[in-house]
Amino acid sequence: MTTPPIENASRRRFLQGVAGLTLALYLPRPASAAPQAETTAPFAPNAFLRIGVDNSVTVISKHLEMGQGTYTGLATIVAEELDAAWSQVRVEGAPADAKRYANLQWGGAQGTGGSTAILNSWEQMRHAGATARAMLVAAAAQRWQVPAEEITVSAGVVSHHPSQRQASLGELATAAATQPLPTAVKLKEPHQFQLVGKVAPRKDTAEKSNGKARFTQDVQLPGMLVAVVAHPPRFGAQVKEFDASRAKAVKGVVEVVQIPTGVAVLAHDTWSAKKGRDALTVTWDEERAFKLGSDEITARYHELAQSPGAIAHAQGDPDRAFAQPARRLQASYDFPYLAHAAMEPLNCVVQLQPTSCEIWNGEQMQSVDQMKIAAQLGLEPEQVTLHMLYAGGSFGRRASKDSDYLLEAVSIAQAIAGRAPVKLVWLREDDMRAGYYRPAFHHTLEAALDAEKQLIGWRHRLVGQSILAGSPFGARVNNGVDPISVEGAANLPYGIPHMRVDLHTPQGIEVPVLWWRSVGSTHTAYSTETFIDEVATAAEQDPVAFRLALLTQQPRHAGVLKLAAEKAGWGQPLTQGGAGERRGRGVAVHESFGTFVAQVAEVTLQADGKLKVDRVVCAVDCGIAINPDNIRSQVEGSVGFALSALLHGAITLKAGVVEQSNFHDYAPIRIHEMPAVEVHIVASSEPPSGIGEPAVPPLAPAVANAIAAATGKRLRSLPIQPADYA
Amino acid sequence: MITLTINGQTTQVDADPDTPLLWVLRDTLHLTGTKYSCGMALCGACTVQLDGQPVRSCVTPLSAAAGKRVVTIEGVGSEAVGRAVQEAWRQLDVVQCGYCQSGQIMSAVALLTANRQPSDADIDTALGGNICRCATYLRIRAAIHLAAKSLV
Ligand code: FES
Ligand code: FES
Repeated sequence: MTTPPIENASRRRFLQGVAGLTLALYLPRPASAAPQAETTAPFAPNAFLRIGVDNSVTVISKHLEMGQGTYTGLATIVAEELDAAWSQVRVEGAPADAKRYANLQWGGAQGTGGSTAILNSWEQMRHAGATARAMLVAAAAQRWQVPAEEITVSAGVVSHHPSQRQASLGELATAAATQPLPTAVKLKEPHQFQLVGKVAPRKDTAEKSNGKARFTQDVQLPGMLVAVVAHPPRFGAQVKEFDASRAKAVKGVVEVVQIPTGVAVLAHDTWSAKKGRDALTVTWDEERAFKLGSDEITARYHELAQSPGAIAHAQGDPDRAFAQPARRLQASYDFPYLAHAAMEPLNCVVQLQPTSCEIWNGEQMQSVDQMKIAAQLGLEPEQVTLHMLYAGGSFGRRASKDSDYLLEAVSIAQAIAGRAPVKLVWLREDDMRAGYYRPAFHHTLEAALDAEKQLIGWRHRLVGQSILAGSPFGARVNNGVDPISVEGAANLPYGIPHMRVDLHTPQGIEVPVLWWRSVGSTHTAYSTETFIDEVATAAEQDPVAFRLALLTQQPRHAGVLKLAAEKAGWGQPLTQGGAGERRGRGVAVHESFGTFVAQVAEVTLQADGKLKVDRVVCAVDCGIAINPDNIRSQVEGSVGFALSALLHGAITLKAGVVEQSNFHDYAPIRIHEMPAVEVHIVASSEPPSGIGEPAVPPLAPAVANAIAAATGKRLRSLPIQPADYA
Repeated sequence: MITLTINGQTTQVDADPDTPLLWVLRDTLHLTGTKYSCGMALCGACTVQLDGQPVRSCVTPLSAAAGKRVVTIEGVGSEAVGRAVQEAWRQLDVVQCGYCQSGQIMSAVALLTANRQPSDADIDTALGGNICRCATYLRIRAAIHLAAKSLV
């Protein structure tokens, strides 16, 4: 049977039928948005919602779903104000269109990151839902000739009780589309919430449990070729020459092309492309390649730490506080490079046409990617279409400030003149070695106590590469300080009268660096929260009480700290371990991205010297809790993710070559290493903030403090080594 | 031509016998639910069943699957244990990014098929080869216990 072509008129009707109501909304910009937004039409219409005559409610997510639950969270907010039934709601990824889908925290650019999805979308999604609801109610009022005020909406049913009439959202969709946009809508009061703060199961569970969810890796296009690339062994090396004859002899290999980042082998399938890549002989020009090893980098950082850096924060007179302190403590810390190592290795699908470029990707940085791809192709940004697919994890890697892997995919497509769609596949080894890491850092900390054992002085020096410098966000680097190098340190919450935080940004370290789940706080929370614990010990005070006394101006830090301590039974003796076992309990509290998290970790040092993290009690304040179960899930996952870095995570270089390649030498934790996790959510009426990252930072210091409680050993170099706490 | 039975259907595949089963499933047969992540039997994302046994398809040559019954995530729900596991996964909202979950489910089904009442230690052993970078391990464990209960 062949399908007759759809004529224009009936096609129009058909489209109306499917999408009876596409809302164009004029939405206010929250006051906190960056000032640049002023110039980029902050009142442009947005489209976040479609209601079909089939009674489906489609929420369009402007943010990438990479596991953090944003599709579910955003849909929860829209459905709440719309009064839809949760079961009728589905979610679709938005196209690249910064006019409609800008991240309101990012000054008009579209993208996902910094735990901003819920924060920037809360008011916007509420208005999207409430406006639609008002138009549906108006349509019902008109149809039934009753006052709109007498109409109620509940779980997707619009009712007029006096006349006992009701209709589904779908039945009213077409009529609602003709209603005028309301000038103002009334949002719900928190006590009216039906979904927010209640149970709203994830929208992506079913398809992620039956193999149907579509990731970039799964895209198949007619005639598509798969590309696997030989990357240089050292950053900054170039192809000198290559011999493709053996690669071309591999069955399935179609072409071998040189691109700016290496040599790409294109084949009909992934395995042939890999075999072809492995058969290549490439000679690299390493004259300008980066050739330092981790030890040399660390030595340089230690040397830099001897002299003052750029001031990131200063208050009081820190040098005088240190002139003659009653007691002075000093510690230094080393943090390695870390790979994101998402389960889905990087990949990207490109289809080139003479005047357009279509991309399929776990797309996290629409505006930057569109701009950079367009520039490389000589197109306008609007001619670059980005399909945002599920990402099999990202942890920041797909928010590439340089659009690195996307441009690599585009280069390959250009090198074959767009003759076929190209799927670029990075094998695990490429993903591990080809860069963009959490930057390595070195910290030194000093504390001064007065005769009453009060903490009066704090000096903190950091040394590490800048993520923002040289990126499209480089303007945020201010007086030599990249704010994300020092976040969590420069804004230390503790009330210390004399304080200085300074920063060295080393030059000439050509290892590509990028944000990694919770960014600066991955290292600043560790150094500050283990050091403050040492100071508490030196002051002969309980670590929780000591912190609380310094947090009198920080009610939300204090709130989560008290809650975690109480739920963990802080102050009660810890259950004894078995014969030869030592146990310890440690605490840490940290704010990142506007969310406050405290964690109490319990550990056992087993008789054989092995460390077991038994239990982590977490208290979270992320404002209004949109989806409590997703908050719990993110906190559980963050504990595991952070524990992987603490126990095993390090990317090291030897003469410029990355030493790790796969999960045997860069190991995420496995199921037997996962501690029990308890999550307690602070009841709050503050605006909601993110939860994808903020539970990562406190875990490592809480565990390290627990190890110190058990052994007296302070661990100052990550990942921790058994020899350091034996 | 190599003949194998995939999710109950007999299929002929024209590929080199040394091609890993993973790429035959994904690229030749377009069964993309089985995932590539490490290619070295280190992570379990590519787990399928071969004659009822869980195997890492990224290191299983096509020749080793010749004449055998292959079950993938696309087919595992047609049997009671698979259905129960997928249902438990849904009830507890186990997934985050989801990329590892086909492999987790295939390992969980293999475990429950052999052992209807697994202990935590049994789960650690059977799922020890499956990495979840999102660290959904607590829910994986809980969902396996839940599925076990529903199968009684
Ligand atoms: S892809 Fe096969 S075990 Fe990792
Ligand atoms: S759910 Fe993301 S790797 Fe397991």
